[in-house]
Amino acid sequence: MSANMSVNMKQSGSAGASGAAASGAAAAAGSGSQQIKWTARNLPEQEHFYGHKACGGCGESLALRLALKVLGPDAYLSLPAGCMAAVSFIYPNMAFRNNAIITPFASTAAVATGVAAGLKALGKADPLSVAFAGDGGTADIGIQALSGAIDRGERFIYICTDNEAYMNTGIQKSGLTPFGAATTTTPAGKVIHGSITEKKNMFEIVAAHGIRYAATASMGYLEDFMNKVQKAKDCGGPSYIHVFAPCPTGWGHGSEETLAVAKQVVDSGLWYLAEFEGGEFRLNRNPETFIPVRDYLKRQARFKHLQDADIAEIERLRDAKWQYLRSHWTV
Amino acid sequence: MSEAAFLNGNEAIAYGVKLCRPDVIAAYPITPQTKAVEKLSQFVQDGEMATQYMHVESEHSAMACSIGASAVGARTFTATSSQGLLYMAECLPYASGARLPIVMMNANRSIATPWNIYGDQMDVMFVLNAGWVQLFVENGQEALDMVIQSYRLAEDTRVMAPVMLNIDGFVLTHTYEKVLIPDQADVDAWLPRLQVQEHMMQDNNPMSMCITAGNAHNMEFKVRQHQDLLRAEALLEEVDASFAAAFGRSWKGAVDAYRCDDAELILLTTGSVSGTARVVVDELRAAGRRVGLLKLRLVRPFPAARVAEVLRGARAVGVFDKNISFGYEGTIYTNVNSALLQHGCTAPTMNFIGGLGGRDVSRGDLVAAFDRLQLLADGAGAGASGIDRVQYLGMRCEA
Repeated sequence: MSANMSVNMKQSGSAGASGAAASGAAAAAGSGSQQIKWTARNLPEQEHFYGHKACGGCGESLALRLALKVLGPDAYLSLPAGCMAAVSFIYPNMAFRNNAIITPFASTAAVATGVAAGLKALGKADPLSVAFAGDGGTADIGIQALSGAIDRGERFIYICTDNEAYMNTGIQKSGLTPFGAATTTTPAGKVIHGSITEKKNMFEIVAAHGIRYAATASMGYLEDFMNKVQKAKDCGGPSYIHVFAPCPTGWGHGSEETLAVAKQVVDSGLWYLAEFEGGEFRLNRNPETFIPVRDYLKRQARFKHLQDADIAEIERLRDAKWQYLRSHWTV
Repeated sequence: MSEAAFLNGNEAIAYGVKLCRPDVIAAYPITPQTKAVEKLSQFVQDGEMATQYMHVESEHSAMACSIGASAVGARTFTATSSQGLLYMAECLPYASGARLPIVMMNANRSIATPWNIYGDQMDVMFVLNAGWVQLFVENGQEALDMVIQSYRLAEDTRVMAPVMLNIDGFVLTHTYEKVLIPDQADVDAWLPRLQVQEHMMQDNNPMSMCITAGNAHNMEFKVRQHQDLLRAEALLEEVDASFAAAFGRSWKGAVDAYRCDDAELILLTTGSVSGTARVVVDELRAAGRRVGLLKLRLVRPFPAARVAEVLRGARAVGVFDKNISFGYEGTIYTNVNSALLQHGCTAPTMNFIGGLGGRDVSRGDLVAAFDRLQLLADGAGAGASGIDRVQYLGMRCEA
């Protein structure tokens, strides 16, 4: 059966981290009811995603790496044709220690729930099926399959790594590209200055299904992200995490600035940290003041064309959003 | 002991699926397949099947869920038709490339536009190149039996390919016939549970599936997949012989030649029209004409040598197509001509396109086809001014 389109790490001869022992905290995570609190100190050393070919400073690959430390080796992964598939499944070098499958672009959530149903049918108690997809694979081409999968109530985790454009194909606009951002299909033109649409409210769209657990996160707040992954794992039903994951290549900032950019976006109010649980929205952070959006925008090449009026519009949109969040969600 | 029942083709398929004990069914309804998935849903809701039934939101997800479930070693079933088949088309080579033994019923139906819910075989012809085994059946009993045979075929490690079971929309899916339902214990004994394969995802041997292979490796994957698929022809004969020994019915493997031994004129058919053709052959034989029927049951892999072997002695060969490859001719016709040429057969051939959009194919149409073949055998096909090699049966106006 050598013609099968599948390979594992042993066969592909990838080296690394095989002997690293999980910390005591990770061992405790498997033992059930007691909610683990993840910090930089108790994060397992064991790597599940390494040897891949992602760009330096890639926020998305870091999100996967950290999420897998929380989820552990039993998670079955489904990823669409996108950056993470392109950098980690190149025969004969495989970068996942876990079971993992590339899905047709539109069907990440469908394949992930198929995996869950298959494992359940074969008698595996409490299978852990996890989907990782970018903003395009989630908010655009994959939204139908995601909606159907949540609706079926299958237990699976869907993690959307949002880098605000189609990066794998060369930085084209997605449904989650923010107002003003230059992409290769919304360039900073003489008449139109980048994207003229706002980000789709993906988190709220997902929550509207009455999903068991959903959260937003940012790579600028890593502990918050990892603990939300743990909550998703423990919630017992379909769950969704929307994590803001900068792309230095697509956004035009230094590869060492990824985490700083991801922190600034939250601190400037252009992204928010929130949860949907038990049918209620809750803001995890509600800063009294925001840092200037200009500081966040101007360090990235995709926003460098913005004029004062554009930046004023971005502030206006932010303020309207926060007025809504503060008046409708639990603070 | 089998149980006799009065079933339509959809129900026959559903009973066949139930006997195979699939672990997961993911299906989206589409006319004329609906009664099959409704019946399966009823079995599940009544507790007669221990199956995870996934109520997917589209055919694309039906196949994607099947891929996910099959990738961990679950036996899976799905069913579709027409526009649904085209909607999931992207996922079909995905499943075959990943070597996933999914079995799918396809209720053959017309393709829009013009819209039409009735039967022809335009749909499957779009996906002949998808790397799936393509089987065609003539009646309800064959449909039920071939579901069971399909799993043996798909799950055999020599082939390890998905199987599409084509059944003519309405003519078969909605027609009631007496069908024998085999005993569950007999099917259990004949069809063992699917074992999780080495290339699938499992706890103790983590696997990366549906990988990327660049230009240094891609061609080898594709050619090996093709070579394994070719083995399905011989395997189908083996599976059928084993099935016949266990259940007392043989469907003859890739082709079923009927009264072809001394036939001068042979008509080749796929699917339900074979039944009508069988009657016409008997009638013409009774009138002293040397005619035969070659029922083609397997279209991928294409049994070229077997087809040529049967047709070798004929003076003229007709190929019935319930499809048009727009801009050329019927798809089966192209395949048969290639087979004959490769195997040195020189019999003249003619294409009869009929039954599109559910148009009835009558006995009279097939008698007329044999009359045309007689003209061809007698030399009418020679030269540029000869008889048109592509003929349309039952047209209401001039072609």
